[in-house]
Amino acid sequence: MSPRRTDTGGRIDRLKTIRFTFDGVAYTGHAGDTLASALLAKGVTLFGRSFKYHRPRGLLTAGVEEPNALVTVLKGEVREPNIPATMVEIHDGLVAISQNRFPSLAWDINAVNQLGGKILSAGFYYKTFMGPVIGPLKGTRFWMFCEHFIRRAAGLGSAGSAKDPARYERMNAFCDVLVVGSGPAGLMAAKTAADQGARVMLADLEPRFGGSTNWSDETIDGAPAADWARRTVAQLEGRDNVRLLPRTTVWGYYDNNTLAALERVSDHKEQTAKGEPRHRYWAIRARSVVLATGAFERPLVFPGNDRPGVMLAHAAERYANEFGVLPGERIALFTNNDSAYRAAIALKKAGAAIVAIADVRSELSPEMRKLATEAEAEIFAGHAVIATEGGKALSGIKVQRFDMVTGALSGDERSIHTDCLLMSGGWSPTIHLASQAGAKAEWSAARQAFLPPKPTQQWPTQQWIGAGAFTGSFSTAEAIAEGRAAGLAAAGGTSTPAALPTVEAAPGDPDPAPVFEIRAKGKSFVDFQHDVTAEDVRLAHREGFVSVEHLKRYTTLGMATDQGKSSNIPGLAIMAEALGKPIPEVGTTRFRPPFAPVSIGSLAAERFGDLKPERLTPMHDWHLANGANMYSAGLWYRPMIYGLSGETIEQAYVREARATRESAGIVDVSTLGKIAVQGPDAAAFLDRVYTNMFSTLAVGKARYGLMLREDGLAFDDGTTWRLGDQDFLMTTTTANAGKVMQHLEYFLDVIWPELKVHVTSVTDEWAGAAIGGPKARQILAACVTGTAVDNATLPFMGIVRGEIAGVAVMICRLSFSGEMAFEVYSGAGHGTHVWEALVEAGKPFGLVTYGLEALGTMRIEKGHVTGAEIDGRTTARDLHLDWMLSKKKPFIGSATMDREGLIASDRLELVGLIALDNRPLNGGAHIVEELDEANPHGSIGHITACCYSPALGKHIALALVEGGKSRHGTRAHVSDPLRNRFGPVEIVSNHFYDPEGTRMHG
Amino acid sequence: MLITCPYCGPRDVIEFTYQGDGNRERPDPASQNFEAWNAYVYDRLNPAGDHNEIWQHSGGCRAHLRVVRNTLTHEISSVAFVRGDHAPATRRKAEDKA
Repeated sequence: MSPRRTDTGGRIDRLKTIRFTFDGVAYTGHAGDTLASALLAKGVTLFGRSFKYHRPRGLLTAGVEEPNALVTVLKGEVREPNIPATMVEIHDGLVAISQNRFPSLAWDINAVNQLGGKILSAGFYYKTFMGPVIGPLKGTRFWMFCEHFIRRAAGLGSAGSAKDPARYERMNAFCDVLVVGSGPAGLMAAKTAADQGARVMLADLEPRFGGSTNWSDETIDGAPAADWARRTVAQLEGRDNVRLLPRTTVWGYYDNNTLAALERVSDHKEQTAKGEPRHRYWAIRARSVVLATGAFERPLVFPGNDRPGVMLAHAAERYANEFGVLPGERIALFTNNDSAYRAAIALKKAGAAIVAIADVRSELSPEMRKLATEAEAEIFAGHAVIATEGGKALSGIKVQRFDMVTGALSGDERSIHTDCLLMSGGWSPTIHLASQAGAKAEWSAARQAFLPPKPTQQWPTQQWIGAGAFTGSFSTAEAIAEGRAAGLAAAGGTSTPAALPTVEAAPGDPDPAPVFEIRAKGKSFVDFQHDVTAEDVRLAHREGFVSVEHLKRYTTLGMATDQGKSSNIPGLAIMAEALGKPIPEVGTTRFRPPFAPVSIGSLAAERFGDLKPERLTPMHDWHLANGANMYSAGLWYRPMIYGLSGETIEQAYVREARATRESAGIVDVSTLGKIAVQGPDAAAFLDRVYTNMFSTLAVGKARYGLMLREDGLAFDDGTTWRLGDQDFLMTTTTANAGKVMQHLEYFLDVIWPELKVHVTSVTDEWAGAAIGGPKARQILAACVTGTAVDNATLPFMGIVRGEIAGVAVMICRLSFSGEMAFEVYSGAGHGTHVWEALVEAGKPFGLVTYGLEALGTMRIEKGHVTGAEIDGRTTARDLHLDWMLSKKKPFIGSATMDREGLIASDRLELVGLIALDNRPLNGGAHIVEELDEANPHGSIGHITACCYSPALGKHIALALVEGGKSRHGTRAHVSDPLRNRFGPVEIVSNHFYDPEGTRMHG
Repeated sequence: MLITCPYCGPRDVIEFTYQGDGNRERPDPASQNFEAWNAYVYDRLNPAGDHNEIWQHSGGCRAHLRVVRNTLTHEISSVAFVRGDHAPATRRKAEDKA
């Protein structure tokens, strides 16, 4: 006998046939089927192999909590592993395969692992890889060799490596009331809130709204419960203040009622519609949340409880009533509570024979006895199932008399011939989201379950409101009443709605007997997905694990992809028994997001690939067209070199730097941070921000400035130009532009609100070109109109305004290269125009364009500092910039810069290095007094920047070295073991080239 | 987490930059009282409960805000401009238009 499709019943469309394959075999199913129900209808009972022991496994559940029937879905080159077959809606062309089996699901070679159960017990990995040394088997290496095979044998499906072509979307949504779960409680809450005019979102992870109404035999207002649900959904669909989200798993609950949900938009379709994503990630901000997430039925723990054909009672009820599938012909039940009797009736009605109901309770209520009689089932009160029989499908069970109080078995074993065993170990409310929101669950002795606690946050409104089975109210009538109350409260409603719908349901006591495990011979599984048995839990206890958190990690109980939805409470109960403590004292672990696995694609949505915005200077296209190799500097792209054909990078920058020093060179400096500092108090403000004076700066002049942080360390440097009495243009280093802006804003807003100063970032408003070299002035003279550029009109640090090729420019004579140099600023839109005019004017003078490499080379030759030296650890004194520290005024950092540690004599100070072996140096290399290549040690500093200097004809570097100036003229060594570069260097002044500055002042 | 900027309205926390403990007192700039400077630069409160903080709406109006945030619950009980209770001039103008 095997499972089969019933002739009538269920919410599937028997007129629509759908074709799909599983493990290469073609099957048909009907619209409305899941992969699980369609395969079950075709008599398939074997769905997968277990994680460790490779035991055959079938369907345990019908929903998201499924631990056994995990499949891999193939779409083109893309494979998605570990999806519960119960959550896969079939469509034409669906291709699914089973997992963790070789060579096939039916004949799996690793099934021999079942014989080695003692070895593969709890803590297997911890014990194994501490391997002993046996003869030539050097412990660890041998085990590392074995590990490859062990890991291959243990596990779940494998992920694919093909690029996922699917599109994912992210949506931000706002609502007054988010209702999670669309069973009777959720539907009622959504409808009530919507009737109050609230903006409502209703999400359910199933494709069909209605929850238990889809499979219960109950009636609401005299009609089948499903009809009531359908009518209610239809009413909601028509309203513009309601958004319905089927196939949407709310998986995360974060601060301020921000919830994360995953909508599976098109997984159930053969073809996605135009513009439709595969998944949509919803970030929902809800004023209030109604949690109506229902409850999960628990398995019972007894030997052989994992055999295909053993499933949860309500799952069988769902397969029969929702999908029109009978999971067996001769069905037995094993329960500790009343809810299984409803399943017996449902399956009887659907056409199965109910051969036995084993109930651990010896006293049964008359109502339950009546239901059993109605189902024509033999009752075994005070009995337990102690074994199951069969291979890849169930063939029979054994029952024995059971004492609920002592757990003792007695009397004769009785065999019962059955092809399907339904078990029910009571119900656990699905409190995951509430737990994520910070609430600690409370144990209910009556319900033998953890119930949701009171919400921890009460602002701006109560964080969430629970309704229905989520709160431990397992009857539909209670769910409807609580749902309405929750909807009303969540919407802040006051008006009294109409009378509640009336419910007709089978009777039943919601409280189960406190029985979780039947201790008998054989493997009794607690966590089906991770193959954790009751004995593993006790072994962990014997080995000294007493905390539930440790137990979880040691045995991996509840740590599989199902996150222990079916195993947490039974595992906890067994641990509590072993510890001799009541369950609430053992406690439960905190649930964390996600509630169910989430596709990484949905989290990334449209944000993938290179996410950095590119900042391009106005002259970017010109650089590209003129042979520049671009280099990314932070977000900016800057020319590294303008290489000629056949030139190496070093040859190019050496040529560029040499030509600049011999005639002239031009470089794009548009990336420098530029901040307009304006207002009556601008000069006073700059005096406080910079270490040196700016109030004394004349209009039309620029000055080099240094900023410190509040802790006295160097922060940033740059020139600031006084364009008018109350108008300054500050420049910053490229890298620190944003930080300096924020620094200035902070002080103006928070510390000195009385200062009348406004700061504006104008980095992108100006294009900048620095032109330097002995012939730079002649080139300017050739193209600038409206002003002279001679030494009298434009002295060092002077500023003039004029025109180049009809465009207004501002020219400041300042130098980074050490040559006589000018920075020419124009409006960004005219940047290329001015640049081209300068390049054209420079042609007769041998002007070259140069990039960052030559710029860096010339600044190293001059010994100027950049971010490599202002590294957040150096002081002004370390960098020999103490001449800039004004004694006439306080400034940011002035009170803290002379602290003991910051003026110590052994600090790292800026020096120059010359390689005495005439080989290149490396940035980051250490400097040592005594070279020891075998055991590098004794660093006295490190290199911050290095280059080949065309001006000196040597390999040189800037370095931060202990003692600094006192070592000038002495020898040391570079010690760079990573790059195997060792060699002698001479320590010299950082001013290698033209230390008097005669060239730039010239 | 949402911060209700007095100028821009409720905005996601990603738009804001934390600018430190709002309880710090900057000593007189000319002061050489090193204890006071040390406390200002380095000492931070780390309360379990309401905390007075400074946030900049760096992805919005760029104003600095004094925010009282409960470090246990993330409840924000007050938000105000650090520069007194009025928006800077340019922002007031925009408000008047609205």
